[in-house]
Amino acid sequence: MIAPELAARAEALLLDAAHAIDDDALESWPDFFTRDASYRIVPRDSHAAGEPIGILSCQGQGMMRDRILALRTANIYEPHTLCHVLSRPVLTATPDGGVMSRCNFALFRTQQAGSTELFAAGRYLDRMVEEAGVMRLAAREVVLESRRVDILIVLPI
Amino acid sequence: MSAALAQPLRWPAEGNTRVPFRVYSDPDIHALEQERVFRGPLWHYLCLDIDVPNPGDYCLGEIGETPIVVTRDAEGALHALVNRCAHKGALVCLKERGNAEALTCVYHSWTYELDGRLRSVAFRHGLRGKGGMPEDFDPVKHRLQPIRLATFCGLVFGSFSPATPDIETFLGPQVAGVLRRNLGRKLVRLGRHSQIIHNNWKLYAENVRDSYHATLLHTFYTTFKVNRLDMDGGMILSDDGRHSLSYSKRDSLQEAAEYADVHSAQYKSGLHGPELLDAFTEFDDGITHMIQTVFPTLTVQLTLNSLAVRFFTPRGMDRTELFWNYLGYADDPPERTALRARQANLTGAAGLVSLEDGCINEFVQRGSRGSPDATEFLEMGGREVASSDGSRATETAIRGFWQSWRGLMGF
Repeated sequence: MIAPELAARAEALLLDAAHAIDDDALESWPDFFTRDASYRIVPRDSHAAGEPIGILSCQGQGMMRDRILALRTANIYEPHTLCHVLSRPVLTATPDGGVMSRCNFALFRTQQAGSTELFAAGRYLDRMVEEAGVMRLAAREVVLESRRVDILIVLPI
Repeated sequence: MSAALAQPLRWPAEGNTRVPFRVYSDPDIHALEQERVFRGPLWHYLCLDIDVPNPGDYCLGEIGETPIVVTRDAEGALHALVNRCAHKGALVCLKERGNAEALTCVYHSWTYELDGRLRSVAFRHGLRGKGGMPEDFDPVKHRLQPIRLATFCGLVFGSFSPATPDIETFLGPQVAGVLRRNLGRKLVRLGRHSQIIHNNWKLYAENVRDSYHATLLHTFYTTFKVNRLDMDGGMILSDDGRHSLSYSKRDSLQEAAEYADVHSAQYKSGLHGPELLDAFTEFDDGITHMIQTVFPTLTVQLTLNSLAVRFFTPRGMDRTELFWNYLGYADDPPERTALRARQANLTGAAGLVSLEDGCINEFVQRGSRGSPDATEFLEMGGREVASSDGSRATETAIRGFWQSWRGLMGF
């Protein structure tokens, strides 16, 4: 069981973090995490096997900011946008006032030539904590259904 | 030799410094490659031996368009078999990896030993005395097609051709030596994923031999001084020019003025998470970056401490699947595994220094579409196919690739 007010805040965090990516507000994306949060994108098979290497990992907000800085100023790729479609999450309250969450997603990618295609599908496995009255992600494991990426991953998922 | 092509290909007189773009878009050339490259006198990467550690283990692989299964029999010997039932041609093994006492085709239950010999045929003698195979059916004459197999430093290779030399001769002493350096210990798999890139496979084969582009396209390399051409380094080719090794020594950097005008060196920011580049010294030769290619479709990477076996395979003329196998050593303490895991962010489908390769080869595929007779210009570092010790501002390894490919294809 989870209190409705806590559930509402957890759901808001899930949606806000996804919409920041969809809206190209990427500089604000690390702020949805705690300072030393972990963020990983990992294929389903590697997740199940407990392999330490997935497709991308950040340990702490600093590495998340570096990713955003790199994609803005260094990395080369064709312009594209993302659109997340999230499922209703399954939420569990933790003793420290935080939340464990599982939320499935479908992620559509639109490229400048006009195609909108399913780019990825999977689940967010999240641990959320309250920090100074704000819910943040302390750990996010993005488990992709497929181990096969089309072209490249540069925007966070 | 080019008789199999509807339109003969006449290679430009300049030789290995010119490549007609048609080689990336002509379906006849693609079909001919299946015979002359993928079933030709070469060793092709299939899997790692740690993918099949125990008796009965099997693992799927492929050579060009042909599906292969690698098995380990009860005695521990490895076999490479075409994954095609001798009866109707169905795939026999379906799961990417598994363990079985025998291999049974799901279609009509033909069952094979792990070495590919036919063990039994369902209803061979019919039912209740009726039906069944003719009296002269001889199980010995039907089996999974075996191909040659060789292993080297944990890599498992297969070959269709009886003309392929033994694996060490094929690799040559330079390549074999570097493989021993990087893979010659008990390995463990740390992760794997793959990437579909929308280009002909040969564009990626060029890309991994292209030490000229690496620090220009991949800004992250240059800015954070992971790999630059003003470090001590070089490009070593095997004697036949097929295989290559690009290497550099991070500690030897002496910043060259030529980088001042280069876009990729303009990104001046420091890292918010500098521990991304934390590394430990693993070898006493000072080399901190190695991209080693084994002709035609294998690459071994050691970027700082990030060890990976990359394998790429055609998925049609203008699609290629690129597999990333991240490895560590079995005796790594946990803190080394953690560093390798962190550095894995540099490469792969989301790699800070490699993600551009997911699209750059597609840009060539798209840019050259409609210009089959126009050519690439490959004269950086000269016109020869030879090792370039001391400079990686060279396309010598790419020329070496084309020299080898042309030899096989008869162009």
